[in-house]
Amino acid sequence: MKILVCISNVPDTTTKIKFNEGDTSIDSTGIQWVINPWDELSLTRALELKDDPSNGIKSVTVAHVGPATSEPTIRKALAIGADEAIRINSESLDAYYVAAQLAEVIRKEHFDIIMCGIESSDFNGSLAGGMTSEFLGIPSVSAVSGIKAEDGQMVITREIDGGKEVVTVPVPFVAIVQKGIAKEPRIASMRGIMMAKTKPIRLYEPVAIEPLTQIVIFEKPGSRSACKFINPENPKQLIELLQNEVKVI
Amino acid sequence: MSVLVYTENWDGKFKKLTFELVSYAFGVAEMLKTELIALSIGNVDKNELMKLGDYGAGKVINITNDQMLTLDNQVYTNVITEVALKEGVKVIVISNNNTGKALAPRLSVRLKAGVGSGVSKLPLNLNPFTVYKKTYSGNAYAHVVIKSDIKILTLAQNSFVLNETANNSSIENMNVTVDSSSVKTEVKDVQKQTGKILLTDAEIVVSGGRGMKSPDNWGPIEELAGFLGAATACSRPVADEGWRPIGEHTGQTGKIIAPNLYIAVGISGAIQHLAGISASKCIVAINTDKDAPIFEAAEYGIVGDAFKVLPKLIEAVREMKS
Repeated sequence: MKILVCISNVPDTTTKIKFNEGDTSIDSTGIQWVINPWDELSLTRALELKDDPSNGIKSVTVAHVGPATSEPTIRKALAIGADEAIRINSESLDAYYVAAQLAEVIRKEHFDIIMCGIESSDFNGSLAGGMTSEFLGIPSVSAVSGIKAEDGQMVITREIDGGKEVVTVPVPFVAIVQKGIAKEPRIASMRGIMMAKTKPIRLYEPVAIEPLTQIVIFEKPGSRSACKFINPENPKQLIELLQNEVKVI
Repeated sequence: MSVLVYTENWDGKFKKLTFELVSYAFGVAEMLKTELIALSIGNVDKNELMKLGDYGAGKVINITNDQMLTLDNQVYTNVITEVALKEGVKVIVISNNNTGKALAPRLSVRLKAGVGSGVSKLPLNLNPFTVYKKTYSGNAYAHVVIKSDIKILTLAQNSFVLNETANNSSIENMNVTVDSSSVKTEVKDVQKQTGKILLTDAEIVVSGGRGMKSPDNWGPIEELAGFLGAATACSRPVADEGWRPIGEHTGQTGKIIAPNLYIAVGISGAIQHLAGISASKCIVAINTDKDAPIFEAAEYGIVGDAFKVLPKLIEAVREMKS
C-alpha cells in the first residue's frame, strides 16, 4: 500500500503575525515556515506504519501545493523520512482550489491512504481533506485520532462528540487527522537531513480551477483589557466578580 | 431560495449548540429575507423536533433511515445534497464540530459551494457575501468573500447567543433511499464518555497545567469543577505525560473551546495553549509566576500557589452555592 500525506506550509505558531500595507496579505519578514502541526503528526504516523513491515506500506509520499519558496518545508518532510515528494507549482488560492489540485494528482498516481491534517494553522479551514475525498469520490473519515493495520485492513479511530468510534472503510480513502494520531512529531535525524537532499521532489503544474472564496482583508483581534489581580488570600472577591461583574457563574 | 440548517442529534436529543446553530441560521435567513429549514437525520421524536421551531425554523425536514444510523460521510453528503437541491437552498449552515468538519467540505465540492468555516458572526455583508472568521489560530481574523451561488457556513461553537423566536414550524417527514452497498463506513466499536460534562459543551472549564506538579494532585481541580458544574481540561504537557486523558488537552492541536469561563490553574499560557482558549468569554488564571503569559490573556488573575488558593476558592464557591 502507498500512503500520501498532504502538507501545508504555515508560519510557526510562535511567530508574530503581521500584515502588509492594506492588511490583505501576511508580511513574511522574519517568519519561520514549518509543516502544519497536524500534517506533521500525520506524516509521523504514516512513517510509524511503514516502519513495521507487516503493515505492508511500500512508500510514504508527501504532496504540497505551493510555490518554489516552500521547498525547504518539503525537504523537512523528506528529512523526517518521507520517501519522495510532489509539489504542485501554484500559490494556494483557497481550500477548494488546493483540494482540486491534489485530487488531480492523486487521480494520476495511485495511493491507497491519503492523510490530511484536520486543520491548517493559517486559515483554520478544516476543508482540504474532505474536499479532496469528494473530488475523488472516495470515502473519508474525519477527526481521526488513531490508525493501524489489522488483518490486512486499516482500522481507524475517530473522535465523536463525547467519545470515540472504531471504524473501517475500504481503500482508497482519505483520513483527516487530528491530535492523538501520534504522540510526538518525528524529528529529522542528521542522516535523514543528508538523505533528503537527494530525494526527488516531482513537479506538477496546476490545473485551471476557479477558487470559491477569497480573503479580502485581515484584522488583528481586539486587545483584551488588562488583567485584574486579586489578592490570593481573598479568592472570595474573585467569585463575587465572576458572579456580579461578568456574570459567568 | 432558503437557508438550510443541519441539526445533528445525540441519541435522539439536541443540545444547546443545536439551538445556537438554529438561532444563527435564522439570523442569516432574516438577512436574506427568506425561510429557514432545519434538517434532522435520525430517530428524533416530534417534541424534540418542535423545539427547532422555537429558534426560528419554519419547516423541519425529518429523515429517519436505518442506513443512516452511522455517520458515513458520503451517504450523508448525498442526502443533504438531495434536500438542498430539492428545496432550492442558497445557504447551508452546519456546526463547526467534528460532524460539520466531516460534511461541509464534501458538500462544498458536490454543490460547488464556497465555505466560510468557523464563522463567529452573522455575515458582514450580503453583496458580496462576506463572512468573518478566525485565522492564524486566533492571532488574526479575516473577512472572506464567498463567490459561489450556494454558500456553506460552519459556525464556531459557543459563538452565537440563543434567540427564541417562537416560530410555528411544520414537520415534514421525508423518505430517502440509501442503498446499503453505498454505506462504506463500518463501525466496529464505540466508546462513549458517560456521566461527565463534555469539554466542548461546557460553559465553565477548570483546567490544570504542569504547575499541578503530579497527576495525584488533581483532586482540587475536580472538586472545583464539580461545584461549578464545569468540565475539566488540561494543557498539552499534562496530556502528553499521561497525567490526564488526551481528550482533555485544550490548545492549538487539542480541543479548541470557547466556554463562558475558563479557569487556568498552573498553566503558563504558551501561545499554542492560548490558541485553544482565546475565544473564551472570561479567562481566570492562577499561577505562581506573575510574568506568566497566561495573565496577558486573562481578565482576572491570582498570583499564588494553586495548592493554597484552590481550597479557599472552593470554599468561596461552596458558600456562594449554599
